[in-house]
Amino acid sequence: MTETIARAIDRSHMQVSDEVAIQIVQMNKWYGTFHVLRDINMTVNRGERIVICGPSGSGKSTLIRCINRLEEHQAGQIVVDGTELTSDLKNIDKVRSEVGMVFQHFNLFPHLTILENCTLAPIWVRKTPKKEAEEIAMHYLRKVKIPEQANKYPGQLSGGQQQRVAIARSLCMKPRIMLFDEPTSALDPEMIKEVLDTMIELAEEGMTMLCVTHEMGFAQAVANRVIFMDQGQIVEQNEPREFFNNPKSERTKLFLSQILGH
Amino acid sequence: MSDTHAQTVPFVRDTMLPQANPPTTEAGAVRWMRENLLSGPLNVILTLLAIAAIYWVVQGMLPWLLASVWNAGSIAECRQIIADAGRESGACWAVIRERWPQFLFGFYPNHLYWRPVTALLLLFVALAPVLFSKAPRQLLWFSAIYPGLAFWLLWGGSVFVPVVALLGLALGWAAFHFGQRISPLAGVVAAILLPVLWWLFLAGPVAEDLGNLLPRSMPWWMEEVRSDKFGGFVLALTIGVSGIALSLPLGIVLALGRQSDMFLIKSLSVCFIEFIRGVPLITLLFTASLLLNYFLPPGTTFDIILRVIIMVTLFAAAYIAEVIRGGLAALPRGQYEAADALGLDYFRAQRLIILPQALKISIPGIVSTFIGMFKDTTLVVFVGLLDPLKGITDAVRASPDWKGIYWEPYIFVGAIFFIFNFSMSRYSMYLERKLKTDHR
Repeated sequence: MTETIARAIDRSHMQVSDEVAIQIVQMNKWYGTFHVLRDINMTVNRGERIVICGPSGSGKSTLIRCINRLEEHQAGQIVVDGTELTSDLKNIDKVRSEVGMVFQHFNLFPHLTILENCTLAPIWVRKTPKKEAEEIAMHYLRKVKIPEQANKYPGQLSGGQQQRVAIARSLCMKPRIMLFDEPTSALDPEMIKEVLDTMIELAEEGMTMLCVTHEMGFAQAVANRVIFMDQGQIVEQNEPREFFNNPKSERTKLFLSQILGH
Repeated sequence: MSDTHAQTVPFVRDTMLPQANPPTTEAGAVRWMRENLLSGPLNVILTLLAIAAIYWVVQGMLPWLLASVWNAGSIAECRQIIADAGRESGACWAVIRERWPQFLFGFYPNHLYWRPVTALLLLFVALAPVLFSKAPRQLLWFSAIYPGLAFWLLWGGSVFVPVVALLGLALGWAAFHFGQRISPLAGVVAAILLPVLWWLFLAGPVAEDLGNLLPRSMPWWMEEVRSDKFGGFVLALTIGVSGIALSLPLGIVLALGRQSDMFLIKSLSVCFIEFIRGVPLITLLFTASLLLNYFLPPGTTFDIILRVIIMVTLFAAAYIAEVIRGGLAALPRGQYEAADALGLDYFRAQRLIILPQALKISIPGIVSTFIGMFKDTTLVVFVGLLDPLKGITDAVRASPDWKGIYWEPYIFVGAIFFIFNFSMSRYSMYLERKLKTDHR
């Protein structure tokens, strides 16, 4: 799907700094007795854009859900922005308000308008005054190019529009890291582009991004690192050109031949 | 249009078709009749049968209703008037005309009827801001003090009893407000502990002392009406409205408790819900009226209506908890995850995201429970209270004048119940329409 990203990408702000944003050390996770994540080690620097891919059930969603503690890990260490994730609720809430997340099924709040969806967390978590929160929300809605929908309800919007609202909603919390969990998998082909464009724009501004996706065009255009996972392990990681043109492991080669085969 | 000869395989539409009206036979009353009454042989038969059934009911009831008697002093007089008119049978509404105060007020003192009436009228004022978002928000203050005001109007006595009781709530609110600054948990604990301590140890003496300080006259004191004077719809509404107002919050807490990850809270909620749902309401009412006396220290007077309200509330709350649990279960996991991912804590996520949606889904079930509970208030007759349906009707039928009257009082009481319950049902439908935002 390389052709979906036709325009030239401005890489001037996409600098990777030495500052560590996320550090994962020897992390393991089980669902009951099933070992979903095995010995995950990974460092993400500020400004990095990482695409995680792999077959279904390989644990890629679980991995990024561990980063904001939607899933609990049982062994190892996850440090986000200098805060270690433990069962301490204060730390968890702190990390969650710094890390934005976009879901496959958008998960907008259907009983609130688009604007209310965007202002809810700033008002209640950040204690931003309502007026200011609305200004911030409108700023990000303009950025994702749907300010005119502000007073509609999520059910009245198309899938692509809903996903862009979901991105704006996360951005309203001014996160330092954004997690994307298959943001385009539930969308019609016509709408994938508008969401990817929004994500590319975000990358151009230097946002630290972790993205689980099968959009290999997006990975080639934006990512500075691609991670391939299988059976709960990181099998291969490399910068995109090398990863796609010269994969090392047999498992990666098989996977790439299957998704790029036609 | 030029599409008519478009049978060839390559085809390009050059004009888009505009929207056209349907044929006349497919619209209006004719279509409605054909579709809804006469769509096939079976439907025609059913329509005819239904018309016959309606005719049969009406021809049975209409002569009885047409021969209604409104002015008579006793049932014998009633029958005489009907016989004189040459009718076989007729409705004797004279009993309602003569005894309606009893149906509505029970044995509430005549000269004080204005008090329950005022309480009922003010109830609508207090309900307006709660039920309709268009009503002015400032009225919510009135809704907050209404329970105390209604208590004072209904039972009378010293104004300080409800005032001191409401002070307990204000105290709880203040404790919550200041406790929050220390920690959220401290706020919750203080908000529960302080009012309970206040009610248990200080409220009684304070109210008594204040009452003694001031003269026993109007702004401070109203004639007392004891609970055994309550009856009819004053009693049914007192129990019903209090039960509804108290059981909803309790039901929400129980539903959340049952969903909780904390083992102890979950087990307690499950036990409570299953126990209360597992026993008949009558059992609870008997417990309230008889058994409770054995457990309370001798000499304690614990108002019977208050006891019944508590039991009815617990009973309805258990049902409402299950209805709301259904609503909670219907929400996709994604809603919880999105709330978590935005950094909302448990209470805010519940209040802002989960409960508004779960309660919306549960509206029909909650209102059904309320309607059922309001009708169940008639069961208080078994603990010696004069409910409108049996208590008052029996009292009326026991009088020599109206011995033998049967249909009319029940129809009257049933009609009043119907008005209240139908209003509730209509309101719930209005609310569902108003809250429909998902456009599915």
